[in-house]
Amino acid sequence: MSLFSKFDEIRAGIESLVKNGRNPFDVRFERVLSPTEALLGGRLILLLGTNNYLGLTLDAACVEASMRALHEAGTGTTGSRIANGTYADHALLERRIGEFYGRRSAIIFTTGYQANLGLISTLAGRDDYLLIDADSHASIYDASKLSTAEVMRFRHNDPDDLAHRLRRLQGRPGNRIIVTEGIYSMLGDTAPLREIAAVKREMGAWLIVDEAHSLGILGSKGRGLCEAAGVEHEVDFVVGTFSKSLGAIGGFATSDLPEFDILRVVCRPYMFTASLPPAVIASVIAALGRLSTDKSLATRVLSNCRRLYSGLAQAGFDLGPEPNPIVAIKMPDRETATQFWSRLLDEGIYVNLALPPATPASLSLIRSSISSAHTEVQIDRAVSIMTAVGHELGVLGARPSKTAMALR
Amino acid sequence: MTYNVDNIESDIIELLARRVPAGVQVSAQTRIAQGLGLDSVAILDFIMDLEDRFDISIPLDRVAEVETVADLGRAVETLMGATG
Repeated sequence: MSLFSKFDEIRAGIESLVKNGRNPFDVRFERVLSPTEALLGGRLILLLGTNNYLGLTLDAACVEASMRALHEAGTGTTGSRIANGTYADHALLERRIGEFYGRRSAIIFTTGYQANLGLISTLAGRDDYLLIDADSHASIYDASKLSTAEVMRFRHNDPDDLAHRLRRLQGRPGNRIIVTEGIYSMLGDTAPLREIAAVKREMGAWLIVDEAHSLGILGSKGRGLCEAAGVEHEVDFVVGTFSKSLGAIGGFATSDLPEFDILRVVCRPYMFTASLPPAVIASVIAALGRLSTDKSLATRVLSNCRRLYSGLAQAGFDLGPEPNPIVAIKMPDRETATQFWSRLLDEGIYVNLALPPATPASLSLIRSSISSAHTEVQIDRAVSIMTAVGHELGVLGARPSKTAMALR
Repeated sequence: MTYNVDNIESDIIELLARRVPAGVQVSAQTRIAQGLGLDSVAILDFIMDLEDRFDISIPLDRVAEVETVADLGRAVETLMGATG
C-alpha cells in the first residue's frame, strides 16, 4: 500500500472537479494591483474572495511603516518569542491590542491559526471540557485535537443545545470552556452571543470568542461581535487575526484575567515557532491605527455588504442568513458550485469555492468576501454577472444562456 | 426505556440510516467513515444525534477510535454506564 493511498479518494474528487476546467485549489495571481483587482492569465480580475475587509493591504501608511521597519530591523527575527524574537514593537503591538480591546493583556502569535491552536489547546487541559460550536473553523477543531480535554460539539448557534450539553456534564469536576466565533467564515452568520453569554454565566463556564471575521467591522470601536452585542465583560478571551481586516498576518489572544500571561511559558504554538517579522508588526500597528481613526472603513464595508447581499437576494439566490462581509450563495451541488466558480472567473470575478467538509451541513458554497475598497460599480457588476451565470447554470431558473456573454 | 447492546445498536442504525443517501444499507458491520458518502463533518453531526438520543456526552477522541457501527454501540454502552 502506497504511503499516499489514503488520499486516493480526495485525489479522485479533485480530479473530477478539475476535469471540467480550472483547479480551484491552484489559482495563481500574476500580480495584485489593488485590494480589489489582480491579474490572472493576463486578464484583469475583480477580487471578491480575499477577506481584505478594510482594503488595507496596500494602504500607504501601513506600507510605509512596514518598509521602514524592514530597513531598520531586517527581514525576520530568526527566533521565537521566548528567545530572541520579542522586539520592542512586538511588545508595543501587544499593548496596543490590549488597549484596543480595553483588556489587561494581549499575546500575539505568528498566525491566527496558531492563536486558536495555542490558546484553546493550552487552556483546556486534562479533566476539562471543551464545548465548540459545530461550525467552528479548522483551527478550533485542530486545537481540540491537540488539547487533552474532552471535546464536545454543540449545535451551531444554538444556546439551548449548549446549555443542554453543559447540563449533561453536571457533577463532573473540571472547567467548561465554550468556543464560538463572532462571524462564521463560511455563511457569514453571527453568533447569538448574548444568549451564549447567559448560558456561560448560568453554568459557570469560560467563554472564548474568535473575532477573526468581525474585527474592525462590528461594534462602534470595531472590536467585533462581543462589543456589538454588549457582552464584552462576559467574554473571558477574545481571539483574532491580523490577516483579514488588518491586511497582514498573525494572530492574537487578549484577556482581562490576571494569570493570562503564564501562557507565554506553557503554550507551545506560541513558544516553539519564530515570531512575526518586524515589517509585519509595523504594518499591523499602523493598520490598527487606521481602523481606530477612520470609521469610514467599517461604514463602507458594511454598506457594500448590504448592496451585494440585497442584489443577490433580489436575484433569487439562496444566501446565508445575514448581510455581513462574507456573503455565501448556496449551490445545489458541488459540480454546479465548481462550474459556477469557474464561470465567474471566465467573466473576470474571483470568489471562493467552498465545498464539504470545509462547509457546514455538507453545503457547496460560492463564498464572497467584501471590502471597503470595493466601489459600488464593482459590486453592481458582480451582482449582474453572478445573476447571469445563475440563470445560465439553472441555479436561478432558466433563461437564455447568452445573458452572461452579453454582460462581458 | 432500558438500553442494552442490541437496542443501542438498532437505534444507532436507525439514526445513521437517516443521514446516508437513500438505498445505502447500514448494519452492525458497516464502517462509518467508508462507503456511506458521509464526510467528516456529517459523521460528527451524526455523533450529536447519538448524544441526544442516549443523553450522553461522546468526546471527539472517542469518535476517532470507532470504526464500525458495532464499535460505536460498545462505546455508547460504556459511556451510558459511566454516566449512570
